[in-house]
Amino acid sequence: MNRFILRRLLQSALVLLVMSFVIYGLIGLMPGDPLDVMVASVPGVTPEQIARLRAIYGLDQPLMLRYFHWLMAALQGDLGYSRSHSVPVLAVLAPALWTTCKLMLISFVAAVALSFVLGITAALKPGGWLDGAIGLVAFAGISVPVFWLALMMILVFAVELHWLPASGGFTVGDGGFVDQFRHLVMPVTTLALATTGGFTRFVRASMIETLRADHIRTARAKGNPPSRVVLVHALRNAMIPVLTVMALSFGSLFSGALLTETMFAQPGMGKLIYDAILSNDFNLALSGLLFATLITLLANLAADLAYAWLDPRIKL
Amino acid sequence: MSIRVTVAALGLLVGLSSSGTGQLVTPAMARDSLTIGISQFPPSLHPGIDPLVIKSYVDAFVTRPMTAYDANWTLQCMLCTKLPTIDNGGAVFETLPDGTRGIAVTFTLKPGLKWGDGVPVTSKDIVFTWKVGGDPKSGYSIPHPWERAKSVEAVDDRTVIFHLDHIDTSYNNWSQLLPEHLEAEAAKGENAGDYGKASLYARQPINPGLYNGPYIVTSYETSAQIVLEANPYWPGPKPALKRIVLRDIENTAALQANLESGDIDMTPGEGVGLSIDQVIAMEKKEPEKFVYLYKPSLTYEHIDLQANNPLLADVRVRRALLLAIDRQTLVSKLFEGKQPVAASWVNPLDGNYTKDTANYPYDPAKARALLKEAGWTPGSDGVCRNAKGVPLQLEIATTAGNKLRELTEQVLISQWKASCIAVSVKNEQARTFFGETMRKRLYSGMAMYAWSSNVDESPRRTLHSSQTPTDANGWGGANYIAFANPQMDADIAAIEGELDAAKRRPVWAEMQRIYAEQVPVLPLFFRAEPYALPKWLKGFTATGHGDYSPLWAENWRAE
Repeated sequence: MNRFILRRLLQSALVLLVMSFVIYGLIGLMPGDPLDVMVASVPGVTPEQIARLRAIYGLDQPLMLRYFHWLMAALQGDLGYSRSHSVPVLAVLAPALWTTCKLMLISFVAAVALSFVLGITAALKPGGWLDGAIGLVAFAGISVPVFWLALMMILVFAVELHWLPASGGFTVGDGGFVDQFRHLVMPVTTLALATTGGFTRFVRASMIETLRADHIRTARAKGNPPSRVVLVHALRNAMIPVLTVMALSFGSLFSGALLTETMFAQPGMGKLIYDAILSNDFNLALSGLLFATLITLLANLAADLAYAWLDPRIKL
Repeated sequence: MSIRVTVAALGLLVGLSSSGTGQLVTPAMARDSLTIGISQFPPSLHPGIDPLVIKSYVDAFVTRPMTAYDANWTLQCMLCTKLPTIDNGGAVFETLPDGTRGIAVTFTLKPGLKWGDGVPVTSKDIVFTWKVGGDPKSGYSIPHPWERAKSVEAVDDRTVIFHLDHIDTSYNNWSQLLPEHLEAEAAKGENAGDYGKASLYARQPINPGLYNGPYIVTSYETSAQIVLEANPYWPGPKPALKRIVLRDIENTAALQANLESGDIDMTPGEGVGLSIDQVIAMEKKEPEKFVYLYKPSLTYEHIDLQANNPLLADVRVRRALLLAIDRQTLVSKLFEGKQPVAASWVNPLDGNYTKDTANYPYDPAKARALLKEAGWTPGSDGVCRNAKGVPLQLEIATTAGNKLRELTEQVLISQWKASCIAVSVKNEQARTFFGETMRKRLYSGMAMYAWSSNVDESPRRTLHSSQTPTDANGWGGANYIAFANPQMDADIAAIEGELDAAKRRPVWAEMQRIYAEQVPVLPLFFRAEPYALPKWLKGFTATGHGDYSPLWAENWRAE
């Protein structure tokens, strides 16, 4: 087991190294640089001033040289300086990571819980009216764009009903637990609903297949109550493929968080990475994307470990 | 079971919604605070580094420049007692040791000025700012740079004399100061860029001593919100609003929803709030809910013409392009007439504007006649062709995704088509458009975009031949049309060296005449800054230029 974890961690490090090179190169291929925005929007800034700023930010150096400098510093724990926030990258990443993790984890737990309830319910009587209704809801969740869902939630619960705040993380002058919770309700619900649809379909499909397996028939024949057959014998086996999907969904959850954070003005990683890419803040964009990659890799590792726990036949 | 869970969940939601006072208390109800929704977040609040619009907007609440143009586009003292001019003797010509002619400008700070930590604002701060601002390593990049002064002499605690070694029309226009008592340590860095990293504006943005305006920053949450509260040491009129919150909501649809829900009270018009079509739509939908304000600005929407395109070499073709489009109807239909049609880059609100130039009202018959005169006759497909059979076909490029520009393009293309000019679209993402296509003058025919200028700013960067971006000058300059007219170059030099406004005015008029006759650019309109303001907010004044409305935020009050 330990060798497996060590091997996977080394593989992850290699993936991160390759990803850092690819991401840096891709951002570098984008035309223009952040100073062009300044030239276009701020009158009177001279070409000399722009040239000076390019030198200060290192934008006048070859891309590969900049990458090499970044990599050497990163290996020593220095992720560099964020040009667009005027502070070290870690100082911006840490609070944003906390916001996103909070949003992602709560949404993930909510989505998993909801999808298991819906997926199992649908699988118990495939083709029935409840299965059809749940399928409809699930497909709606999959197909509705996150930004539209977010906007509709704002319009209904903030603009029309005035039940919940439309944006932000807390109310200035309050900021207590209830206040922060109220600010999280809509973003979490939006992100969870967007994820639940896909999860529900996977849980349903996996459960239907497992419920037809021989060992389930045996369990039923042994007189186990239906709830035990479903929740203990079937669910454990059905979870193996579902876990893979859930682990892989961390990446898409990140992109969903981007939209959710932008719509609800939550200062999280998604919004931070998006802004960093747009403003050509190489250090910040790169570090943010690598963190996102790392989270996905670790989630996959956790899923592999969970397989062994769920099915003793699997050897790591 | 499931019904009970649903009821419990709904109960929780209702409970949450009615927690506290029973209803969501919006900032508007408090009335001693104002929440402004902004669509961008400033990289830092340093007044001299990275001068983005959003940064200047936020800084305007907390940091006062030495001087600023007011809502009437007249230069005023903000930190000084009297605006120094040649007429009042505050500025005098002087001959420097090397024989060149310069200007000595005397500024006296208003009495009682203090930083937010109670330390007085003095001449030391001016001298310090001049040193940092003029140091190439500091990264300073502002429209009126501090290096214009070759030396600064501190006469006493409140009086300084700037010595300029050349004649500069902006001799009495100077920007924000830095607190020497806080920033001196940061400015000791040896390497380029060290100052920006060490500056307290980046490391401690809530340090009150960094600000000398009516407000100070009390909370700074990156990419989320900035909270400003009244500066206890502000010597001017006490701000009526105790707190101003600037909330970053980048998606403008969400920004609009926040405005409608009351989560934010207003959106600014300075390009960091809602777009003009959103504000116009809101006004139609809810005319009574907000005060809607459209202030014509110095942002000039226009179409650059590619000088290297042989089809555009004939001035008659360029004039025909302008005569063939109905700009007045365009602004009336698309912008409800809120954005005035432009005749040149000089706004009619500017004192340098002249009506005495060639005019190009919508006249498709005249456009066709001009084309015929230039050798272009309509073919069987409705497109004009010259004697060699070359079709009059051009490309137009603009920023993809900008709904209003794309709509404008479609209207213009249909109008050109009626005058036998075929135009196809080649839009690009803003980054590519500005970062590559415009910067390197790669557009093939026409390029539609906008640029801003300062009040009374010389058009050197956009019209002087030396400012044409080329490979040789590292693609520096913003003369993307490669305009090279010796008379224009001479006029630009003349207005830059003449301090008498009365003598400059005819030169300005001549430049506008050359522009109108040569038609190197198709002028479209001046953008209006669209504000949605709460009805209770009084004392607000929009400026329409780069010295933004919050520079007078102490006058904002609830009624």
